[in-house]
Amino acid sequence: MLELALKGTKRYYGWVTGLLLVAGIGVVFWLWQLQFGLGITGMSRSVSWGFYIAQFTFLVGVAAGGLMVVLPYYLHNYKAFGRITILGEFLAISALVMCLLFIMVDLGQPNRMLNVLFYPTPHSMLFWDMIVLNGYLFLNIIVGWNVLEAERNNVPPPKWLKPFIYLSIPWAVGIHTVTAYLYCGLPGRGFWMTAILAPRFLASAFAAGPAFLVLLCMLIRKVTRFDPGKEQIQTLGKIITYAIIINVFFFLCEVFVAMYSQIPEHMDHLTYLFAGLHGHDTLVPFMWAAQLLMVTAILLLINPNARKNEPVLAVACVMVFIGTWLDKGLGMISGGFVPDPLHHVIEYTPTIPELIITAGVWAVGFLVLTALFKIAIGVKEEVMGEMG
Amino acid sequence: MESSSRRRFLKVAGISALGAGSIGAKPVLNAFAATGGGHGEEKPVIKMVPNKDSLMGTRWAMVIDTRKLTSAGDLEPMIEACHKVHNVPEMENKNHEIKWIWEEEFKHAFPGKINRYIEDEAVSHKPFLVLCNHCENPPCVQACPTKATFQREDGIVMMDFHRCIGCRFCMAACPFGARSFNFRDPRPFIEEAELNKKFPTRCKGVVEKCNFCAERLAVGQMPACVEASKGAMTFGDLDDPESEVRKLIRENFTIRRKQNLGTMPSVYYIV
Amino acid sequence: MQKKLYNKNVVIAGLIILAVLATFPFWYNHGKAAPAPKPELTEKAKAAKECIRSTAYMKTEHMQLLDAWRDTVVRDGIRTYVNEVGKEFDMSLSNTCLDCHSNKEKFCDVCHDYASVDPYCWDCHIENPKENE
Repeated sequence: MLELALKGTKRYYGWVTGLLLVAGIGVVFWLWQLQFGLGITGMSRSVSWGFYIAQFTFLVGVAAGGLMVVLPYYLHNYKAFGRITILGEFLAISALVMCLLFIMVDLGQPNRMLNVLFYPTPHSMLFWDMIVLNGYLFLNIIVGWNVLEAERNNVPPPKWLKPFIYLSIPWAVGIHTVTAYLYCGLPGRGFWMTAILAPRFLASAFAAGPAFLVLLCMLIRKVTRFDPGKEQIQTLGKIITYAIIINVFFFLCEVFVAMYSQIPEHMDHLTYLFAGLHGHDTLVPFMWAAQLLMVTAILLLINPNARKNEPVLAVACVMVFIGTWLDKGLGMISGGFVPDPLHHVIEYTPTIPELIITAGVWAVGFLVLTALFKIAIGVKEEVMGEMG
Repeated sequence: MESSSRRRFLKVAGISALGAGSIGAKPVLNAFAATGGGHGEEKPVIKMVPNKDSLMGTRWAMVIDTRKLTSAGDLEPMIEACHKVHNVPEMENKNHEIKWIWEEEFKHAFPGKINRYIEDEAVSHKPFLVLCNHCENPPCVQACPTKATFQREDGIVMMDFHRCIGCRFCMAACPFGARSFNFRDPRPFIEEAELNKKFPTRCKGVVEKCNFCAERLAVGQMPACVEASKGAMTFGDLDDPESEVRKLIRENFTIRRKQNLGTMPSVYYIV
Repeated sequence: MQKKLYNKNVVIAGLIILAVLATFPFWYNHGKAAPAPKPELTEKAKAAKECIRSTAYMKTEHMQLLDAWRDTVVRDGIRTYVNEVGKEFDMSLSNTCLDCHSNKEKFCDVCHDYASVDPYCWDCHIENPKENE
């Protein structure tokens, strides 16, 4: 089926070339980073994780979000989603590729990466994260590819695939749970030390992933002959509505616990993010923007008439995606490091090279996504052609 | 004590066998076989053993008598001694700063113990020496995905710079901000004349921190900061009831940083 | 059924280019073998006559030995090496090996360059610059 990714219009090739260009520039800057060290980023002794790990965390969510199309179809026999499960799985694959790349560009000594395998350390959450992420990537490749191939050949998917499909459902929950465990088990980091971190990560994942998928579906309908379907998009819209409400609710629970208990280690981070601390307030506008976007999206989505209006739904989805990205991708990581454990307020801003490398990784992710979606839609169009 | 020394013997023997075996020589086991069986020629014995004059302990700890350290000038010799002997660079960019032992105000060294009514000059602006606590229950060791940071049998939390992949999970895990990351090659930031040729520098991309002077203990010396402190810092074995540190802890009121987190720091402060 | 090779010219040209690229190192370096290096000993090393083990052993096994040393020293805190005749050595690259072999360029590098290996030991361990000007 790979050949389907090679045949395309001029526009398709233009898009691919553009992505390759961005990825290439990213690689050049990454080589510079390899040679110089992570000193080209804005990270510091106090804020020792920055943009890379933030993107990683957010994208684990996008990958887990694929579950929201797989689960209704396979567990609840919701037939309409049969049309788009492949899109969810392929989106997960490209998000996971980005996750792994972000981990890689964040390492100080990437050439020693395999030490994680040579010296397996089960008491480290990073070890488990490596296992669940690679496992989920593997599951999605196996399941996605075989289901699509069966569809192309007009036969039911092979029976041996069933266990992999069922395994992938809890596994999706697993990837984001373990990713939350990276943070929430660390003593002395009050912002992350909350049992609700994993559920909160999942809620934002189940909003952001499907929101992105809705936008992709609309795009696909526009540029290809394949229509993912009105009903499908509407059902995703409902899922997003629930998930984003739960996400904001969880966030408010956090705010209550921290602000009502007034324990400084928990409260100070929220104060820093939303009001600034000791005159440091770089993130304040972004954090309020995130909340505003998510709340506005809720107001739009909660009204069935607005939600059923596709342009409105599209706007809401963009808001959800950007809002959760700011909330989790920007605030969650920086917020946990500021103030630092010694209560110094040292802020973090990414540097230009850091942003370029980040853009490069996103470009690679989109490249994978483009190729995979091209294949999937190619197959769908073929099948439609045979039937029509 | 007895059981621990036996354990150490067994461990050494095991390492000798393993280490020598892995480097191609016939290990201790063969030597035993040769003498026992009385047949075959005697094989050479190649061993790796602890230094004869090395200081041995099972729970190293430090007591800092802050009553004797009142000004930044008092702390300077200890910081300098440590940073010089360990080739700690002086980075230009504050973000890239590397420090093993440094000074903090009370409110930063002991956040959570802030009390505005004792905030007279003497306490609030008095510098406190802070360093890696070599916790009995170290969260950094738990977090490290490659065992590049690990706890030795004598309680020292060590870094294996050869193995560190630079993921910085340990830095997120440490509640004491004790760890520094080499954001770039540190060599250009160590004065050539200052370089201690007997101790390695680090390469870019690895995490580093205080090692309780493991390399000095191995040759029978006290940690560099303790030596430079003129009696304000004391180092010893907590498991030895007769040790100087135990005596100080017995006779003085001591506090440790963030005790409530349960990491059980090994650095005690007399205040 | 008839089998047909599509895009015959492109495929064959591609195969030829691949074959040329894959064998490039062989014909490019053909007949240009570099002479085997002769590492030089310092006066101190000459005077010592024998390294911590036999020359043949050191030649082939020094990397494994150093690898075992670094693990044993750093991770087990065991720092004394006793060789087959009972002589003791401090297990330290900087303080033992490079103390004698203080001429990195003429001792270490000549072979490493020849074998095209680039060990990063010296990124951290300071070469003893006794013979450096």
